[in-house]
Amino acid sequence: MDAIILQILNGLDKGSAYALIALGLTLIFGTLGVVNFAHGALFMIGAFCAVTLSRLLSLSHKVEVPGATDFLGNPQMRDVPYIYDIFGESLGASIIDWAVPLSILFAIPVMILIGVIMERGLIKHFYKRPHADQILVTFGLAIVLQEIIKYYYGANPIPTPAPAAFVGSFDFGALIGFEAGQIIYPYWRLVYFAFAALIIGAVFAFLQFTTFGMVVRAGMADRETVGLLGINIDKRFTIMFGLAAAVAGLAGVMYTPINSPNYHMGMDFLVLSFVVVVVGGMGSLPGAVLAGFLLGILESFASMREVIAIIPGINQVIIYLVAIIILLTRPRGLMGRKGVMED
Amino acid sequence: MFGLDKKDASLLLIVAVLVAFAPFFLNPFPEGSGWAQFNAGYPDLMQRFVIFGIFAIGFNILFGLTGYLSFGHAAFLGVGSYAAVWMFKLLSMNVIPAIALAVITAGAFALIIGYVSLRRSGIYFSILTLAFAQMSFALAYSVLTPITGGETGLQLALDDPRIFGGAATEGNIPVPGFFGLEMRDSAQLVLGNWVFTFNVGYYFAAIIMLLSFYLSIRIFRSPFGMMLRAVKSNQQRLNYTGLNPRPYTLAAFVISGMYAGLAGGLMASMDPLAGAERMFWTASGEVVLMTILGGVGTLIGPVLGAGMIKYMENIISKINSDILHSWFAFLPDGLEDLVVTLIYPFIGKGWHLTLGIVFMLVVIFLPGGLVQGGQKLAGLFGRKKAQEPKNATTEPAE
Repeated sequence: MDAIILQILNGLDKGSAYALIALGLTLIFGTLGVVNFAHGALFMIGAFCAVTLSRLLSLSHKVEVPGATDFLGNPQMRDVPYIYDIFGESLGASIIDWAVPLSILFAIPVMILIGVIMERGLIKHFYKRPHADQILVTFGLAIVLQEIIKYYYGANPIPTPAPAAFVGSFDFGALIGFEAGQIIYPYWRLVYFAFAALIIGAVFAFLQFTTFGMVVRAGMADRETVGLLGINIDKRFTIMFGLAAAVAGLAGVMYTPINSPNYHMGMDFLVLSFVVVVVGGMGSLPGAVLAGFLLGILESFASMREVIAIIPGINQVIIYLVAIIILLTRPRGLMGRKGVMED
Repeated sequence: MFGLDKKDASLLLIVAVLVAFAPFFLNPFPEGSGWAQFNAGYPDLMQRFVIFGIFAIGFNILFGLTGYLSFGHAAFLGVGSYAAVWMFKLLSMNVIPAIALAVITAGAFALIIGYVSLRRSGIYFSILTLAFAQMSFALAYSVLTPITGGETGLQLALDDPRIFGGAATEGNIPVPGFFGLEMRDSAQLVLGNWVFTFNVGYYFAAIIMLLSFYLSIRIFRSPFGMMLRAVKSNQQRLNYTGLNPRPYTLAAFVISGMYAGLAGGLMASMDPLAGAERMFWTASGEVVLMTILGGVGTLIGPVLGAGMIKYMENIISKINSDILHSWFAFLPDGLEDLVVTLIYPFIGKGWHLTLGIVFMLVVIFLPGGLVQGGQKLAGLFGRKKAQEPKNATTEPAE
């Protein structure tokens, strides 16, 4: 029983990353009808927003340590981040410590900007071209973005730790009536799950309860009619693209403590996210979220030792296997809408 | 000639001549000169040109004619390599059975994957093939280690139980050969400062490439090829005409899978090892890049694209900042540094960036790839046409 709960928890945090990326992909696909192969790169850029901010915050200058000398007799120097000078030492230190969560504030405008530029500058010209062309050009864009990041940040993963308060593990089992030490789970992964749930809830609330969201949903259902009503739907869709980029970016920001960001992390997630979108149903937002969590949990169950003993290697292929079965038996995916991409 | 019309026959002839004299064409700069690093006429790279040319020709039969964009073609190449290496391990070091088995295995593999994937089209097809290829990669990397060698890859060993040639306990690991000709044998011709290398493996692969190129021309011009184009232009109409497109697309898929297997088998023949990374999905992406870059749906385009990408990969990636500085040494110092800083991100390790940008530009402005670019140029400068027969003789499939 404890093993099962542990695997569900494991699946939830992986599933949250899948769900967030797939949500963004579906937002873009549902609104603009574009298959965005550069979405993984957006996830990666988000992660590097966190790296950038934590580097910016720890920019420092040298200060003499009074009374201390090194072995040559010169005064000993110490690195003091500029932020200490502004906010004082203790507040400064905790700001640096909280760099990753703070990056959320930094990443949102950056990602929206990147998304809008991408849509206006490139994707806009590809609405009328076949899906294969959209795939190809965004694939090219993904390579370019990835290489730019590689040029500036190098090819090695850059460790970006979570705030000290969230380092370590949490005895989840004790909370729900198991003996202590049975189900232990890292804090940050729980934070990630909560954060993902919050973002997903916020996106749905935005679409459901605001006028803007209502118009966007109307546009997703019938773009032409909304346009005929005198609403500039293109502009709203552009904003939705920015929003989708921001969702991917935030997923990346919060993922940095779990997995040190490197320039090709986006590509690794992209393939899986596409599979998630297809399983959930192209263009269905709840489907993407549901499939994300479902596949995440399935994957972690498949990597249990007992399961691997029966079917070796199943943990490596379970997601693809499920995708193949779903595509062949339920071509629309779990919650796909009728008439979306049914060529 | 050979059942081709005049245009195609001359195209084939030109390609044959280019391929036969490639060791000369690709080595235009004398040894020891500053430009010698741009020479591509060394066996390893020339072999890669023709092998990836075969891979891209095969991919083009599927994507160029039917419009089905497969993102998992590298899986067939990987399967072909594994099959060939196993043949070397178990049967003999002759490349013929190895390549034959590579083609057959890849074809069988393509038949299974194609049968399932082709039930869907468009983006779903791309993702299905991607899923299958990633699955094969993951399996080859982990569970199938006894067959694939896992992370280290499949290699020849001294004590392989080969039927012809037998196991040995000492000596060197034998080299793949073709009835006595070893694939890595080379002859060198020294003319003044120029050194030209003629490699057995290259010419072997080149002859196979010409044969596959010929076959692809025949497919393009056949009623079968016409049928595939009909699938691309309007599948629904084809259905209403009472024709079932599925067998045709499946046949195209299997043929292009066999081409990939052939390329994999040749790759293993040149260098008898096979690794799972050949099946990774970025490897599949690479053949897509090659085909699009050269010109999808054209005959010669994929070969050009393959050549261009492999050239960039091997030559541009070798340029470093010292070389750049020596090139721009004639500029004033400040300007020299500026120019070098501007160019540096695009060369050396950054060649992927150049590739990505070129690829995007091609997709945006030249959907017909380099071939279309050549045609446009030929159209702009009417007289230039005669000088660029390679481009002028091809027509896009559509």
